[in-house]
Order: sequence, then structure tokens, then C-alpha cells
Amino acid sequence: MAEINFKLIKNPLSKENPITVQVLGICSALAVTAKLEPAVVMSISVTVVIIMANLIISLLRKTIPSRIRIIVQLVIVSLLVILVDQVLKAFVYDVSKQLSVFVGLIITNCIVMGRLEAFAMSNKPFDSMLDGLGNGLGYAIILIVVGFVRELFGSGTLWDYPVIPQAFYDMGYQNNSLMIMPPMALILVGLIIWIQRSRNKELCEK
Amino acid sequence: MKWVRNLLDNIKPNFEKGGKFPWLHSTFDAFETFAFVPKTTTKSGAHFRDALDMKRTMTIVIIALLPALLIGTYNIGYQHFLSLDPTMGLFDDVWQNLWYGIVKILPILVVSYGVGLGIEFAFAQLRGHEVNEGYLVSGMLIPLIMPPDVPLWQLTIAVIFAVVIGKEVFGGTGMNFMNPALLARAFLFFAFPSSMSGDKVWIAEKADAFSGATPLAEMMTGGTMPSTSILDMIIGFMPGSIGETSVIAIALGAILLLITGIGSWKIMLSVFLGGAAMGLTFNMFGSNSYTQLPFYYHFLMGGFMFGAVFMATDPVTAAQTNRGKWIYGFLIGVMAVLIRVVNPAYPEGMMLSILLLNVFAPLIDYFVVDANIKMRTKRWKLKGGTNV
Repeated sequence: MAEINFKLIKNPLSKENPITVQVLGICSALAVTAKLEPAVVMSISVTVVIIMANLIISLLRKTIPSRIRIIVQLVIVSLLVILVDQVLKAFVYDVSKQLSVFVGLIITNCIVMGRLEAFAMSNKPFDSMLDGLGNGLGYAIILIVVGFVRELFGSGTLWDYPVIPQAFYDMGYQNNSLMIMPPMALILVGLIIWIQRSRNKELCEK
Repeated sequence: MKWVRNLLDNIKPNFEKGGKFPWLHSTFDAFETFAFVPKTTTKSGAHFRDALDMKRTMTIVIIALLPALLIGTYNIGYQHFLSLDPTMGLFDDVWQNLWYGIVKILPILVVSYGVGLGIEFAFAQLRGHEVNEGYLVSGMLIPLIMPPDVPLWQLTIAVIFAVVIGKEVFGGTGMNFMNPALLARAFLFFAFPSSMSGDKVWIAEKADAFSGATPLAEMMTGGTMPSTSILDMIIGFMPGSIGETSVIAIALGAILLLITGIGSWKIMLSVFLGGAAMGLTFNMFGSNSYTQLPFYYHFLMGGFMFGAVFMATDPVTAAQTNRGKWIYGFLIGVMAVLIRVVNPAYPEGMMLSILLLNVFAPLIDYFVVDANIKMRTKRWKLKGGTNV
């Protein structure tokens, strides 16, 4: 078995993060993070799709004619997405309904296509899988943080359990409805980018 | 004023390089330049500097806001006691009304200034530049566009949001593309709708039996005419946000802004033209009672006047070119009336229309400048000039 290259997993979590540094896959990050549960399910789905797609493309990389490579990639990714969609419908039907069209849209998720083009087309299968795992986790960590904040302050719950005590509401606390709206996800992602760049000056553009 | 100068001169060495608190330099600088016009001059080349610098400009805007603040304060008390006893006359208990209003508005003012200026100073220290004076006006505008019963913790969050997200991330005063005061209100409006809309919030601690509907809300729910008389609307004794109710008080502020040239008359006039144009258009084609409302009612109800005079003319977020100002103001008026009459979710359209046009202002400027360049190129060619 090949040696595990931990950099492939570690880099996408911080300084090559697909969302906060490469700014890919933003629209699904905005759409599914109003609650924690769909955010987690979406993260797992995307991670699985990236790992599998990276593996398959990497295995096929020498046989794919370069002129039709995008079509081949799309066919493979859509196959995987249909599988994931069926699994979600079978086991977590409620969440699947909440995610609605965004599961199907994983096909066009820039992170998936980006990793296939940038990495899987020119690297070995095992490394490609690690790269897929890293990027999937990088996507997941942002989605979960945003989903956590939005659900906590927007609905006062976490994973649909009420966590803010009733006494707070009796004293006049109110849920922040702006948190549930998509703009707030954009602002939260922006704040994460701000914090990340102020800690890591290498990332700042000139 | 001599003793202030002496005091400042005495403690100044502490805040300069080598003093005890050099890291507090920008804080000291803020207070010094607030009290006196700075004596420093440019080091090279010619310089002409007006004594009317940013801090003095801001002070004049605050003076222009004072009439609205005063009448607003009285109105808080008057509306409260009127809801308890609907037979009460306007001047039955002046001091009681005024005192109640002061008790209500003071915490809002303190929170607005305390939180906002706190953030400004903190950012100035962190970034090592001077404290911007922009918040002096925003801090006064924010209380005036709040309902009198706004919970203070919500106000705090809104101010933090407006100053940090609306201003500091873009680089502080002069760099923001949206009006911070309106952003604070928009934040509250969307985040905590129950404290910012409905019939309950516009009168402080309203008695349940009394209808607290603003004229806008009455029209929204299908009224034929607002129940408040035109005279009351002009003087300002109706439920509403603290500073927006009195047309006279706002007009006084507007006169001061126009005389000193701080507020742009082009923008103010074109906002009203736009509102009138849209109102008249509705009168022609409208089918329900709101569309048939005479257009000048739109100026008297809600925040139209306040927005036109104090919000739309904000020099940072408005269009900069002369022709751009006309377009910008006109569209604000049109959008405000359009949102009021057509959109059932938002009784007041002024806030949203100004924010919308704030976003479009750079685009308007771009096209105005671009059109000018094209026109002059054409003229140059007509005169036989060679290609440029």
C-alpha cells in the first residue's frame, strides 16, 4: 500500500480550503446551512462523491481522450450523485426533501469538477482519493460551522433539539430571523475568511 | 474654551512617541481634533484648507437633526399618554410628556453612541489610524429611525452589525457603500420583525385597547385615507419611528443643510420629484384605494421626508456626479412609493429603496461619466478632430 501523504488531507482544511480560499461551491453552502442536520448530510454526500469520482477518474485518466474529458467526468459524477440521492431518499427521507435540488446540483459543484480537473487527471488513484477526502472535509468543516451558528441563533436549536432555555425567551430573547435567510450565510462565510486571513497573512492578496 | 486647550496641551506628551501611552494616540487625537480644528498644515506644495473639515460638517448635520429629535422626544411621551387616555389634549401635560420621552430615548442614544464609537475607537487603535468621525452622525441617525420601544440588546447587535459589516470591513468612514444607519435598521427589520413592524411597536408601552397603527399601516390594510389629519402629520404627532414623524422639524434641518451646502439640493429635490411621479402614475392607473391616494400624502407619511433629507443625501453613499445625483434621487423616490403601494410585506419602502440605490450609485456614476466621454469624443470628431 502506498504511503499516506497527509499533506493532501491537511492542506484543504486550512490554507487551500475549497470554500474560504478558492471560493468554490458557495451556492450550496448558502442553500443548505440554515440547519445543522442538512449541512452535515450535504457534507457527507459531497465528500463521498468527490472521493469516488476522484478514484474512478484517476483510474481512467490514461484512457480518457482529452477533448471529451469534461463529458466523461460529468457522466461519472452524475452516476455517483444519482446513487447518493437514492441512498438519501431511502434512509433519511426528510433531510433529502429539505436538500431538494441541491443534491442533484452536486453534479455541477465546482469543487468536484475542480478536483477532477486539477488533481485526479494527473495523479495516482490512492493520492486522488486522499485529495478527495481532504477537500470534502474542507468543505464539510465550513458548512458545519456555518450551519451550527445559523441554527443556534436562527432557530434556537441544534440538530432540532432546543438548546436555548425557555427562560431566555421569557426574558425577551428572540431568534434572529436574518440568520435563516441566505444572505447571512454569505456574511458568515465572509467572517470566517476574515478571521482566517488575519491569522494567516500568506493568504492575503496584494 | 481656553482651559480645554490648556488641558489638552498638558496631557498631550503622554500620547506621543516616547510618552506613557503611545498606543492610545489615535484616541487622544480624536478628542483633540473634535474640540479644535487641527493646526497642522501640509508639508509641501500649495494648500488651501477649509476650516469646515469633516468633524465640523458632522456637527452641523447633528444640529440639523436636533429639531426632529426634540419633537420626536415629546411625541414619544404624548403618544404613550394618549394611548392611556384618548381624550388627552396635546399640551395637557407638557413636562410629563417630555420627561417620559427623555427617559425612553436616552438609553437608545447612549447605546447607539457607546457601542458604535467603542467599535470605531477599537478599530482605529488596532489599525493604527485616526478615529473616523463618520459615526458621530450615524449614532444620532440610528435612534431617530428606531421605534421607541426597541429592545436595547437588539439595538446593540444591530449597531455592531452595521458598523463592522457595513463600514469597517470596507475600510471605515468614506469607504462604505451602504448607509450604516439604514443598515442597522434593515438588520433589525429582517432579524427581529416583531420589534420592528406591526401595530404594537410604534407607541412606547401602548395600552392594548388603543390602535397604534401608523398611517402607512392603515393604508396597507385597505384604509381609504389615513386617520391622522394632515396637520398632525406635518407637526408630527402620530405613531412612528422616533425622528421621522414631524415634517416641520425635518424641514428645519433640511434648510440648515441646504444653506450650508452640506446636503445636496439636487438629491433632495429629485427624491420628491420621483415620489410625486410615481404617486401620480398610480393615481392614473391604480385600482385600489392606496393607489388613489393623493401623491403628497406619501411625503407626509412614514419616513419619506426623513430619508430624503438625511439618508439619501449622505455624501459617501450617494451618487457623486451631478447628473448621477438626479437619477439617483429620482429612482429613490420612485422605488419608495412603488414598494409602499405594491409590496404587501413592507409597509415602508424608503429604507429599502435608499439601500438599493446606494448599491447602484457607483454604477450610475460610471454610466454618467462614460456617456460624457462618448459625447465629447463625438463632438471632437464633428469638429474635425483626429481619432483619439
